[in-house]
Amino acid sequence: MVVSELLLDVQDLNVSFATEEGIVQAVDEVSFKLHAGEVLAVVGESGSGKSVTAMTLMGLTRSPNARFAGSAKLRDLDLVTAGDDELRAVRAEEIAMIFQDPMTSLNPVHRIGRQIVEQIQAHRSVSDGEARDQVVALLERVGIPRARERFDSYPHEFSGGMRQRVMIAMALSCEPAVLIADEPTTALDVTIQAQILEVLKELRTETNAGIILVTHDLGVVADIADRIAVMYAGRIVEQGTTDEVFYNPQHPYTWGLLGSITRVDRPRPQRLPSIPGLPPSLIRPPQGCHFRPRCPHAHDACLLKPELAPRVGGETGHTDRCVLTPERKRELRKAEGQIGLVAGGVTE
Amino acid sequence: MGRFIARRVVGMVVVMFAVSVLTFLIFNVVPNGDPAVRMAGKNSTPVQIAAIKKEWGFDQPLYTQYTTTMEKVFTGDLISYANQTNVVEEIKRGLPRTFALAIGAALLWFAMGTALGLYTAIRAGRFSDTLVTVLALTGVSMPVFWLGALASYYLGFKLALFPNGGYAEIGEAGLWEWVKHMILPWCVLATLFIGVYSRVLRSNVLDTINDDYVRTARAKGLSERRVMIHHVLRNSLIPIVTLWGLDFGMVLGGGAILTETVFDLQGVGQYFAESVGQLDVPPVLAVTLFGAFFIVLLNTLVDIVYAALDPRIRLS
Repeated sequence: MVVSELLLDVQDLNVSFATEEGIVQAVDEVSFKLHAGEVLAVVGESGSGKSVTAMTLMGLTRSPNARFAGSAKLRDLDLVTAGDDELRAVRAEEIAMIFQDPMTSLNPVHRIGRQIVEQIQAHRSVSDGEARDQVVALLERVGIPRARERFDSYPHEFSGGMRQRVMIAMALSCEPAVLIADEPTTALDVTIQAQILEVLKELRTETNAGIILVTHDLGVVADIADRIAVMYAGRIVEQGTTDEVFYNPQHPYTWGLLGSITRVDRPRPQRLPSIPGLPPSLIRPPQGCHFRPRCPHAHDACLLKPELAPRVGGETGHTDRCVLTPERKRELRKAEGQIGLVAGGVTE
Repeated sequence: MGRFIARRVVGMVVVMFAVSVLTFLIFNVVPNGDPAVRMAGKNSTPVQIAAIKKEWGFDQPLYTQYTTTMEKVFTGDLISYANQTNVVEEIKRGLPRTFALAIGAALLWFAMGTALGLYTAIRAGRFSDTLVTVLALTGVSMPVFWLGALASYYLGFKLALFPNGGYAEIGEAGLWEWVKHMILPWCVLATLFIGVYSRVLRSNVLDTINDDYVRTARAKGLSERRVMIHHVLRNSLIPIVTLWGLDFGMVLGGGAILTETVFDLQGVGQYFAESVGQLDVPPVLAVTLFGAFFIVLLNTLVDIVYAALDPRIRLS
């Protein structure tokens, strides 16, 4: 891959919230980089900290109960420590976000066109007429038919898919360098999901923006992501290129995730395998490896906190948080057959 | 829209008919309610009473009495039983006083309720929030006749900062005198509502502030002020506007009886209270109709404004 501009450099990001039950460590030592034109997928189940990570980059998790550590540098600005005004200046302009639920993310009492114009005019001094033209062009670009008429519609007059297109148009309106899409298709029908992903794919080639795609759906990821970060209980447990994570997964949790997708290139099992147990409480997470209580291969060494480190060869930065040796992992995966896409012996 | 208004007009006629019949009947079953006996005085003979009954038509069947009374309401010929004055003229005299009180107080309580509600929501959980909350609850708990009497006695009589009750015509006494007469009634009447409105708005704002579209507004890089006013307050105010319209209609229709009486404003509400005390059916009937008219009118206006404020609502 051509080396392109480093947009976002997240180092050891920690986010915790004080609650009545105790301190919730929602994000634990999360580090990743995002380059221009790259799509990074952050994958994990509910409560894995992926949305909190995304929101923190936008400064949307700030509250009197939240504590932050580490850094998240957007070019030269640390988003974790940035002042309110600095943050406001980069929001939408440099880093924009598409939210999970398009049904509630637009203000019901304002016209959709005005809601986008509002954002443009918060950052740039453009006349109403000019902003209107820009918005109509954006709405057309994300595939809203009769955009000039729909400018004056209210959100309730749109379907979920159309609203998500409006949200995408809004996020694009200031041409941000980084676009965060937080489960952009979760609330939508399957057919609409594919359309929205198509829009995102086009954008990435057209705008050269860096995209962070937060999702729990590995199927969504395979098609669009360049790199994948798998999160579990607040930590990144594996990170690498899409091919590395899909074809040579190193963490037993990733195996479990991959094992629980339906495959069209395999005989269908009687029931889809699932990972036994539940994700741990983030107030009192298990000692050492967070996945240990659910991991079939756990042993004494797992009681120490595993570092996110490169354990397999390669220069692309394939890292994981499992202390087993790559050789041992290969044996285990082979023995289980079903887990991971590697089972046919692709890596040999 | 046209159909909506037509339906509301029909509704208004039905409501006013029902209200008038009920009011009329109630006063015919009230003990000591016989107007002829009251008009004849203490030492009257049955012959005198019979004469009065005949003269005023009290010997007619009830429905005839009702229709003739209602006819007089609309022709403006309605005469009070107690003091033989023209009821419609009396209401016309009280109208500017009641309107002055209602409009001023309603604007005051809306503005103050909104300001305090927003302020306490933003400062939620801090000392200033607690302080204003205590004050608001105190305001709600103070009876108008008591607060009004206190204000009138200390600020009006003792300190002589304000006139001690009464009303001044703008045309005769000038704008400043008029305002001086109205300040205490406005404040006293508004106090109760400010307490209620600020509490309702506070909880609306705290609900709205966690809505997804407010998060979107922040993510757009808008200033906190714009987020609060354009997104949070704009949506939180919708139910408050509804509430305000209904309360305003009630006060406009003579509902501020206590305030008018305590400050001797001689408005429609005070006229109503005095008439009820004398079991004087014509003015009570007329003012009740007058009040019902404003309540139904403001209800209709509230629905129209509500649909304008929230595009998801359609008038039907």
